[in-house]
Amino acid sequence: MTATLARLPAADTLRVATSGSVDDGKSTLIGRLLFDSKSLLADQLATVQRDTARRGASGVDLALLTDGLTAEREQGITIDVAYRYFATARRRFILADTPGHEQYTRNMVTGASQADLAIILVDARSGILPQTKRHAALVALLRIPHVALAVNKMDLVDFDRGVFERVRDDFLALTASLGFEGVTSIPLSALEGDMVVDRGEHLGWYQGPTLLEFLESVTTERRVTGPWRFPVQLVSRSRYGARNESRGYLGRIENGAVEVGDEIRVWPSGVTARIAQIVTLDGSLDIAGAGRSVSLILDRQVDVARGDLLTHAKQAPVVTDRFAARLAWLSPTPLDTRRAYLVKHGTAVVKARIAGVDDRLDIQTLQPIAGPATLGANDIGRVRVETARALPLDRYAEVRATGSFLLIDEATNATVAAGLVEELAHG
Amino acid sequence: MTALSHLDALESEAIHILRETVAEVRNPAVLFSGGKDSIVLLRLAEKAFRPDRFPFPLLHIDTEHNFKEVIDFRDARAAELGETLIVRSVGDSIRSGRVHLRTPDESRNVHQSVTLLDAVQELGLDALFGGARRDEEKARAKERVISHRNAFGQWDPRNQRPELWSLYNARVAPGEHLRVFPISNWTELDVWQYIRREDLAVPSIYFAHKREVVERRGLLVPVTPLTPPRAGEKIRNLNVRFRTVGDITCTCPVASDAATVDQIIAETAVSTLTERGATRLDDQTSEASMELRKKEGYF
Repeated sequence: MTATLARLPAADTLRVATSGSVDDGKSTLIGRLLFDSKSLLADQLATVQRDTARRGASGVDLALLTDGLTAEREQGITIDVAYRYFATARRRFILADTPGHEQYTRNMVTGASQADLAIILVDARSGILPQTKRHAALVALLRIPHVALAVNKMDLVDFDRGVFERVRDDFLALTASLGFEGVTSIPLSALEGDMVVDRGEHLGWYQGPTLLEFLESVTTERRVTGPWRFPVQLVSRSRYGARNESRGYLGRIENGAVEVGDEIRVWPSGVTARIAQIVTLDGSLDIAGAGRSVSLILDRQVDVARGDLLTHAKQAPVVTDRFAARLAWLSPTPLDTRRAYLVKHGTAVVKARIAGVDDRLDIQTLQPIAGPATLGANDIGRVRVETARALPLDRYAEVRATGSFLLIDEATNATVAAGLVEELAHG
Repeated sequence: MTALSHLDALESEAIHILRETVAEVRNPAVLFSGGKDSIVLLRLAEKAFRPDRFPFPLLHIDTEHNFKEVIDFRDARAAELGETLIVRSVGDSIRSGRVHLRTPDESRNVHQSVTLLDAVQELGLDALFGGARRDEEKARAKERVISHRNAFGQWDPRNQRPELWSLYNARVAPGEHLRVFPISNWTELDVWQYIRREDLAVPSIYFAHKREVVERRGLLVPVTPLTPPRAGEKIRNLNVRFRTVGDITCTCPVASDAATVDQIIAETAVSTLTERGATRLDDQTSEASMELRKKEGYF
């Protein structure tokens, strides 16, 4: 039964995103992680062996495990995020293997936006590349709580300690201005397996954790603390039990917790009520915390619709139609300040205009440059947003769920930018 | 306040996705085949919408090559839920000339795409919920939770919408539609653990039973009128169960004595073969067979 227990998922799940430049070896690293942690099954391994041989190589090309699209295999690059699931005795993992190529930055952001931890991979020979900087900036922007700097291909620099330390110091110096809370740097060889799961024999001078040890031991951020935030998804038409005039407000608790009896407020209207019942199909709850999808019943008839936000009466968001935000521009079509866009914030969708661009991040120096005319593909910049109606906002740094939004092009329905609220102007 | 268990977290995420899509589209349907993943999907729909009726019908694209146990289960489950079941048949597509078979006995699995896209058009659907999981297959691993399909029903894996935080962009232009996968982040083991926790019924062929099979290319092929033994193949009567229940012509059972959900969970946890690797003839034809089918509109 030991094997069974080892593969039965542990209680908590860590979401991990990999990032780094093309050819730094991300796909190989993930393959190595799966291979050495015995998370690969026999037929997957056989398929990779067969595909490796078909390409005229010998052994196992671990990158072929995750590069699942034809174009990726043809070009040997990762185009879109591949999600992998594995578990050790200590933890379950959702790995988002994201592309390094600049053209596919939007897919890297997709993989990273839900991550608890980012692995930033660097080739020990080439050190910090422009795309490493871009990814570091995005990881910092998204405030991913944990960062592992994986200095890969140590086998190609004779496992030299000085090379590792130089890359690590360069990275820390460069990213000092980005506000990372902590970076754990690990030298490794994804190809040969040193310091990924097993310690290997070549990096005796390194005393820190292997990559897997680090992944298994970091504490995950919970959104159960902080103000209660409940975007209303739908209003149920049915009657709930004896209080048969009550409607149910369906949604997921995005932050904090709520208890029966709590005084709450509906935004943007500002009206108040009390929580009468917290309902699920499995019965009513007295208290419910972040991440749980529920139906809420209030003690009185108030006007609540999809797009509204429920909060505790005393933990108000800022309700405003003008605010400053950081945008990660994801579309090949540049920002056009003359056009209207749609902002999707929580469950609300409103028309919006970008009134001006304040600055754009210089990817070489990771410093903002003031006064650009616009933002183009893969740019990160600060803008001023005006919305057609006031939104209940928090700063992204304080509450991720109510501080983030999508910018959608109304003509094409494309998601053109990820938005993070930075500064709130009243009224 | 303790954190949610992993099954609670997966359940809650799926409910959120179901509700979010329903709120944003006009005319969705949920694909229900009677298989374990779509059984879980319907349970999640109950969790998301009861006591209301489902805000969508159930839709099954029937190849007419399905196991009788599964079709009977499908009909019984739809009736038990009191929800509308719409069935569209690949056989009808063949009879009306929309699908041409090269040989009368070839697998109809791939041809489901035509019938499915015709149904999308006929019923004016703009979103289809499916029970696909990213752990099933490497092209599935690349799939968004809400995946856009163009006016030809095609997936463009090189140009997927960014999917940020849990903010979903479910907007579609007329003629286009979405494929929505609320259980993207579930594994085969999660599905069985959820079936146990929720005490969900599944078709009997998921449990070990005696069946006539032949061994072919390392797989156990069930002996049926659609899949007769070939010359020289020896028929054996083995204890088997199905890990996946698709089209008869491409779905294989595995040798097993697991007769209960608990035994299936124990077996799944130590299996050295993936669900599809052990069971599907059609995925093995090329490195990219699933990707190619998905580009053509397969789910």
